[in-house]
Amino acid sequence: MKHGILLHEHDDDVGVAVVDLKKGASVGAVTLEGKAAGKITLREKVPLGHKVAMRDLPKDKPVLKYGRPVGKAVQAIAKGAHVHVHNLKTSRWSI
Amino acid sequence: MITADRLKLTGYRRPDGRYGVRNHVIILPVDDISNAAVEGVASLIKGTMALPHAYGRLQFGEDLELTFRTLAGIGRNPNIAAAVVIGIEPKWTERIAKEIRKTGKPVAGFSIERYGDLKTIEMAARKAKEFVQYATELAREPFPVRKLCMSAKCGESDTTTGLASCPTVGRAFERLEKAGATLIFGETTELTGGEDIVESRCISPKVKAEFRRVFDDYAKLVESQGVDLMGSQPTEGNIRGGLTTIEEKAMGNIQKIGRCMVKSVLDPAVEPKKPGLHFMDSSSAAAEMVTLCAAAGSVVHYFPTGQGNIIGNPVIPVIKISGNPLTLKTMSEHIDVDVTGILRLEMNLDQAADVALKALESTINGRFTSAEALRHDEFVLTKLYRSA
Repeated sequence: MKHGILLHEHDDDVGVAVVDLKKGASVGAVTLEGKAAGKITLREKVPLGHKVAMRDLPKDKPVLKYGRPVGKAVQAIAKGAHVHVHNLKTSRWSI
Repeated sequence: MITADRLKLTGYRRPDGRYGVRNHVIILPVDDISNAAVEGVASLIKGTMALPHAYGRLQFGEDLELTFRTLAGIGRNPNIAAAVVIGIEPKWTERIAKEIRKTGKPVAGFSIERYGDLKTIEMAARKAKEFVQYATELAREPFPVRKLCMSAKCGESDTTTGLASCPTVGRAFERLEKAGATLIFGETTELTGGEDIVESRCISPKVKAEFRRVFDDYAKLVESQGVDLMGSQPTEGNIRGGLTTIEEKAMGNIQKIGRCMVKSVLDPAVEPKKPGLHFMDSSSAAAEMVTLCAAAGSVVHYFPTGQGNIIGNPVIPVIKISGNPLTLKTMSEHIDVDVTGILRLEMNLDQAADVALKALESTINGRFTSAEALRHDEFVLTKLYRSA
């Protein structure tokens, strides 16, 4: 398996780690159709199933997955960083 | 590619013309306090199944109606050959027995007051023995896919369900829809962030308005509690598996319906009236949702899972599909269809749908699912509010 990150859409802001990814590793990203989407150097370890930033994401930016916003960045997120509950929050159910 | 109309299915033809894929004789309690009698009958008569549950007393209004509809719907389900209904008093017992009897299948109702448990058990057991002998004489016969009613709901989702197991079901559902099957999905709150997609699939403005009303009602209920659903939607299991927001979870969930159109919006436990895909207003809690699907007449269920939800149902076989390699490695006894090849790009979605349809065919024809073999018989009624 040459790739370590899968994308729903080529231009998504985040991809999914399909194996446990180590900090510093250079990992290939592909779409579900097998189209290459570049290489990412991991800034931290990202476990299987968790998300990796495909580019630098400024604070408050809607984050795209499936080609759609799935929440917004609550802090600046660097390319190759782990994206999860600490830096991405829902845009729904805000109370 | 396997088209759904080429599946060779066999089942039990019921008097109402529907087909079951299992042949259960159930002993069904109307209320919580009749569980002991129901278990008593089931322990005496081989081939019967008790369905104990926690409710049925002092409920009122829509909550009571839903309990009636669910219990009657379970008895009406084509996987049930015959039903013995036991309640504390005759009136509500007969109400449920009467609804089941409309399907033409054998039904008998017993009430405990003025007899006690022991006499009731004896009378009901004699009837149950008769029903088992009737049911065991029935034979499977071939039936077309257009006579199939089935459901889908995912659980313990993670990012792999959106990539692999849910879109696998989506592809299979597209083929089943084309072949004229009746399909049910639901999980109202779990569409949050993708509800516009479901809306856009509604077949008419009327169905669209109905979907919007049901969705907004649930959203209002959530808001009225003044809480954040984080930890519940997504669940802690979802978060552990890498899902971060409800929008992300919803997008994964919605992959299950593929490109199918939504024919109608159903209240919980209501039987769909025509072929195609139907949305049922329902919780996303696995055992509640699958029980409601069974009550609506689904005879088999596709259950995509990421982190490994282990749910089953006593009445309908639940087929587990997973694309998470860690789940396949650590809890493979629960998984029926392995689609981890999608993550490795060794399998595409059409190939995965072929495997899922083959598993559906063999399950329908009698092969036990993992959940059946492991005795996962979760029968859970949906409670709408406090009892009187």
